[in-house]
Amino acid sequence: MKIGVCVKSTPDTAITRFKYTSGNDGIDAAQVKFTVNPYDEFAVEEAARMKEAHGGEVVAVTVGDAGAGKVLRETLAVGVDRGVHVDAVNTDSLATARLLAAVARSEGFGVLFCGKVAVDDQASAVPAMVAELLGWPHVSVVTAFSTDGATFTASRAVGGGVEEVVTGALPVVITAERGLNEPRYQKLKDIMAAKKKVVGVVTPESLGVSAADLAPVVTFSAYADPPERPKGRVIPGDAAEAARELVRLLRDEAKVL
Amino acid sequence: MSGILVLAEHDGGVFRKTAAELVAKAASLGASLGLDVTVGTIGDAPVGSLGAYGAQRAVRVSGDFGAYSTLQTAGAVAAMIDAVGASIVLAPASYAGKDALPRVAARLGAGFVADCTDLRADGGALVARRPMYSGKAYVDARVSAAIGIFTVRPNSFGAPAGGGAEVAVTEVAFAAVADPITVVESRVPESQAVDLTEADRIVSGGRSLGSKERFDEVIRPLGAALGATVGASRAAVDAHYAPHGEQVGQTGKTVNPQLYVAVGISGAIQHLAGMRTSRVIVAINKDATAPIMEHAAYAIVGDLFEVVPALVEALKEA
Ligand SMILES: Cc1cc2nc3c(=O)[nH]c(=O)nc-3n(C[C@H](O)[C@H](O)[C@H](O)COP(=O)(O)OP(=O)(O)OC[C@H]3O[C@@H](n4cnc5c(N)ncnc54)[C@H](O)[C@@H]3O)c2cc1C
Ligand SMILES: Nc1ncnc2c1ncn2[C@@H]1O[C@H](COP(=O)(O)O)[C@@H](O)[C@H]1O
Repeated sequence: MKIGVCVKSTPDTAITRFKYTSGNDGIDAAQVKFTVNPYDEFAVEEAARMKEAHGGEVVAVTVGDAGAGKVLRETLAVGVDRGVHVDAVNTDSLATARLLAAVARSEGFGVLFCGKVAVDDQASAVPAMVAELLGWPHVSVVTAFSTDGATFTASRAVGGGVEEVVTGALPVVITAERGLNEPRYQKLKDIMAAKKKVVGVVTPESLGVSAADLAPVVTFSAYADPPERPKGRVIPGDAAEAARELVRLLRDEAKVL
Repeated sequence: MSGILVLAEHDGGVFRKTAAELVAKAASLGASLGLDVTVGTIGDAPVGSLGAYGAQRAVRVSGDFGAYSTLQTAGAVAAMIDAVGASIVLAPASYAGKDALPRVAARLGAGFVADCTDLRADGGALVARRPMYSGKAYVDARVSAAIGIFTVRPNSFGAPAGGGAEVAVTEVAFAAVADPITVVESRVPESQAVDLTEADRIVSGGRSLGSKERFDEVIRPLGAALGATVGASRAAVDAHYAPHGEQVGQTGKTVNPQLYVAVGISGAIQHLAGMRTSRVIVAINKDATAPIMEHAAYAIVGDLFEVVPALVEALKEA
């Protein structure tokens, strides 16, 4: 079976502050180090484990510019057999989903692993959209996954601390939550072997996705730092005094008690 | 016909706080945009009562929605959008909002804008402000498609005053679809505290607590005294002082309370990513230069093992 995994190139999360393009319609990417979206690392690991248990080929897909293609290569040393780089600008979630669904169709994936959220646009939208476009079910925020190659069992965190165990048949789109697995480290031998692996570059046209399908329906503008907070204050005194004063301030000034 | 549809979520017939919050916001946006507001719900809940917050109409898809199903939810929402002729859909950024609504957007070719923290009417259109990059940047989002679906982070607008009248409820027909995913087990947590993502008050503890016992002895009583839900830093979760579901931050929950008390938490960028929009942040830390201090409205510099018990006492006295 061909096992698909979606990998997005996203800014390193250790960055504390961005610079913006002159029209404030994006971040200044030149200032930023890009890596594999953290949640996609769990997706890659799960795909690699499925192959180790049941055979097949793991194909990682990314939509993005040349930099995204570079980040995709990192996954070739941690269990991915081949990369597909769709050379297109990420506009909105739906356009990206159309491209990923087209790759899933043309590759004939039997399952598709994604991250639960991309840490750049923070949409948590693309995987469910891909599933809808493919006519597949999806299970999101998955913390445990197992499959016999035909059916699967997954645990999902549905909010309020509730964990549900669900079952179904492949194909399915799965979105990975932290804790799904412990991603492996790159070994020197795998890094060497990865050099021989291939990342194919495809265009939207070659996938049969038209310019009209890629026209964004959501646009983003006015990028800015988070709103400034008024300067806070340190409450003086010993523990008991400071505690009493804090309670007073929370009640009378901040009005949150 | 076009209008605003608000999706009201409930637990067993009791509406979540987001229902009134979103209906009231929709009412004020509707007034500026010249759009009617319809509130819709799935399953058995008294949705007409949300007229109190300014909805002009109410719709409901009835049936057995006791167990969550992605495809049933998506189908029911699509049916309501169609019945109402909605051009704008507002929903909470809950699990269902994140799980099912992108499917609806793909089905209808709608614009999907996730996790908004502000909504405004601008030049006859709806503009959403939302965080990106784990809250390190904010952007305006606009939808050009005929339908825009916006999910809103809970507590973005606060609790409104009701006072309007109950409205009539129209049933929307929806033929249940067969869901190929079967729920075989549901594990409910022991603690019945409010879901972190919806909590008004949160007390979080960090690595500095040193053990699960001390986390339970120091942090949880403060939570109880404040009527707050307990959270934790990743360092505390990784050390098993608190369960994974209580982790706040980039790889944990994103929270938006009125009050966030960070106890012995340094305020790493990944922790801030989950709580920086909290209205009032309090830091209790022995290090006056910890990064959390820059975000705190009120800080106490001191040993948490002295300050927290004193705070519990002061709250009891007050
Ligand atoms: C990809 C990635 C994702 C991450 N995701 C998250 C996430 O979702 N959530 C998260 O929280 N972290 C996350 N982290 C980890 C984050 O970087 C920090 O390591 C973590 O938040 C630190 O937790 P802490 O503040 O409890 O511990 P520390 O950083 O060790 O801070 C302890 C604080 O307690 C204070 N202190 C110590 N003793 C006392 C005392 N007796 N009284 C008062 N104060 C005291 C110290 O001054 C210090 O400020 C992530 C990291 C990475 C790389
Ligand atoms: N441009 C992209 N290329 C590949 N995968 C993507 C892309 N955008 C989103 N995804 C996948 O969808 C997940 C959720 O992304 P998002 O919906 O943008 O939050 C990511 O973790 C990826 O697995």
